[in-house]
Amino acid sequence: MKLLECEAKAVLKSHGLTVPAGALINAPQDIEPALRELALSGGVLKAQVFTGGRGKAGGVKLFEGAAEGKEIAQKLLGITLVTHQTGPAGEKVEKLYLEPKSSIARELYVAILLDREANNPVLILSAEGGMEIEDLAENHPEKLLRQHLPIGHDLWAFQVNRTLAFLGLSGETGKELIAVINGLWKVYQQEDCSMLEINPLVVDKDGHVIILDCKMIVDDNAVFRRAALGNPDADKTPSEVEAAKWGLSYIPLDGSVGCMVNGAGLAMATLDLIVQAGLQPANFLDVGGSANEEAVTHAFEIILSDPKVKVILVNIFGGIMKCDIIALGVIAATKKLAPKVPIVVRLQGTNVELGQKLLKESGLTLISADDLVDAANKLAKAAKEGAR
Amino acid sequence: MSILIDKNSKVVVQGLTGKAGTFHALQCAAYGTKIVGGVNAKKAGTTHEGFPVFGSVHESVEKTGADVSLIFVPPPAAADAIVEAADAGIRLIVAITEGIPVMDMVWARREVERRGALLLGPNCPGIVTPGEAKVGIAPGFIHKRGKVGIVSRSGTLTYEAVYQTTQLGLGQTNSIGIGGDPVHGLNMVDVLKLYNADPETEGIILIGEIGGPDEQNAAAYIKEFVKKPVVAFIAGAAAPKGKRMGHAGAIVEGKSGTAAAKKQALKDVGVSVAETIAGIGALMKDALKA
Repeated sequence: MKLLECEAKAVLKSHGLTVPAGALINAPQDIEPALRELALSGGVLKAQVFTGGRGKAGGVKLFEGAAEGKEIAQKLLGITLVTHQTGPAGEKVEKLYLEPKSSIARELYVAILLDREANNPVLILSAEGGMEIEDLAENHPEKLLRQHLPIGHDLWAFQVNRTLAFLGLSGETGKELIAVINGLWKVYQQEDCSMLEINPLVVDKDGHVIILDCKMIVDDNAVFRRAALGNPDADKTPSEVEAAKWGLSYIPLDGSVGCMVNGAGLAMATLDLIVQAGLQPANFLDVGGSANEEAVTHAFEIILSDPKVKVILVNIFGGIMKCDIIALGVIAATKKLAPKVPIVVRLQGTNVELGQKLLKESGLTLISADDLVDAANKLAKAAKEGAR
Repeated sequence: MSILIDKNSKVVVQGLTGKAGTFHALQCAAYGTKIVGGVNAKKAGTTHEGFPVFGSVHESVEKTGADVSLIFVPPPAAADAIVEAADAGIRLIVAITEGIPVMDMVWARREVERRGALLLGPNCPGIVTPGEAKVGIAPGFIHKRGKVGIVSRSGTLTYEAVYQTTQLGLGQTNSIGIGGDPVHGLNMVDVLKLYNADPETEGIILIGEIGGPDEQNAAAYIKEFVKKPVVAFIAGAAAPKGKRMGHAGAIVEGKSGTAAAKKQALKDVGVSVAETIAGIGALMKDALKA
């Protein structure tokens, strides 16, 4: 679950961290009351989006006076920001966050995320905040300091020393910085984060440390106990949300071959198989191990609701999932939805004979494949004929 | 010889009384596995489908000598169940549960290591020693005792490799799924070490996927130590960047996590890499002939 900047900062605040006083702007007329509440004459308006790189894309604007603020809010609300992360579809700006301008002396970078090699969260620091961290990691790895964090404890004293020396900070500013890092580490553990990033973390002209931006991603596996922090569905498409209701894992893609598979690994391998056959997948869809006939029907509905889909591949290796259940779901969905696209079905594993018998006796025109190679060939042939 | 489990392994099922636990305990027992009972603090002293129910893993170990645990406990309590098994002196813990919070696994893994237990999973299909025992959710009937050791991050792709090697008459010494979560117990190198030392295993099939360092670490180990033929498949070449592909661990976050980088790392150490999963069995057969 990704959190918006304003949501993430509210989480930090609830853990005792100091964040700039800000106000949410849903419409231009919110500017005046917000300025009054914050006792400001001007400030900065920031688009509340999940993507990075919003500043470069024009999603952050300074203003002075309510009139200019309103004008900028009018312009930003409702636009679609296209950044290097969003792809051409972009992300729509539905709300803004108003904060005071800050007097920036230095910009630092702080992030905590899981180091899968060490099975431990790692603190990543850089003296060059505001940069694209991916670029820095690739081209100047020496400008990043990585330290494994102690579970359940603040930074070790030696880590404090290394951090301050690396960033060239001392005195009160150094103390503030360490307090912020320890606070972030506490939040990361207590709120089940999978990523917590402050870019930039600012040192202002008075030597105070300011959390200027915040990206927080909460572990999807922990949303059951953290759902109050944000909206788990905010960055998903309606069809992804609908699929999740039925225990299906669905990701829309750009191609024309719809597919329904059991198991994440086989679903990924099926996308690879489709690409190898010279075609492009329209989706990733894992029906999981315990789907019933109804869930399979819904999976089919979701695939068919995508107008790009010209051919469908059903690829099932029944382990826990039984092939007859899949067959019943496919038959029910095909009768209900009467799809006009060809459907290639490859069944293997538990109850495969029963599943194939059901498909044969249904009288539906399904293309049955014996194995994966056969399925890929029949798929390519069906796609070719469909294109004519 | 077999690795990790054999016909004498005594298996206790944590989460036996749930729907998945009941179904799979019966399936494992039908395969020939010695299921010595289950654990449920609230139903201690009763029996469930003929299996005795114990109040704790400790009690099951004392009364039956259980040395392997199979876990179906739901995500919120699963990490606790894993640590309980380790604390009770279980040698091998097989955690099937999908969706355990990552921070829970970060500390659970430490607690397991500290107690010297082995953890397989979580979010894995488990392990089969064909003809002897099955601890997990893999379909038993596709297996056939033979000479190939299979290690995989994905359940269904494990089944594909098992099915193909059975069809081609190669058979398996073991099939092992290490699981699709970012923090897991045994990794590919741990399993490679076991296959490498097992005289019955003549060839190894390695099935990886996008994300994480497991495959690159496996490549480094193979280069140094493995003389047996190894063939591989990496799922996710067509996966878009930054999208979690079903498994929590299957997400490309940097260049080393891509399928292309992993395939190259394996090819560089002489591993034959299948372009699609459909060809993995035939590739193993060829490698064993050479």
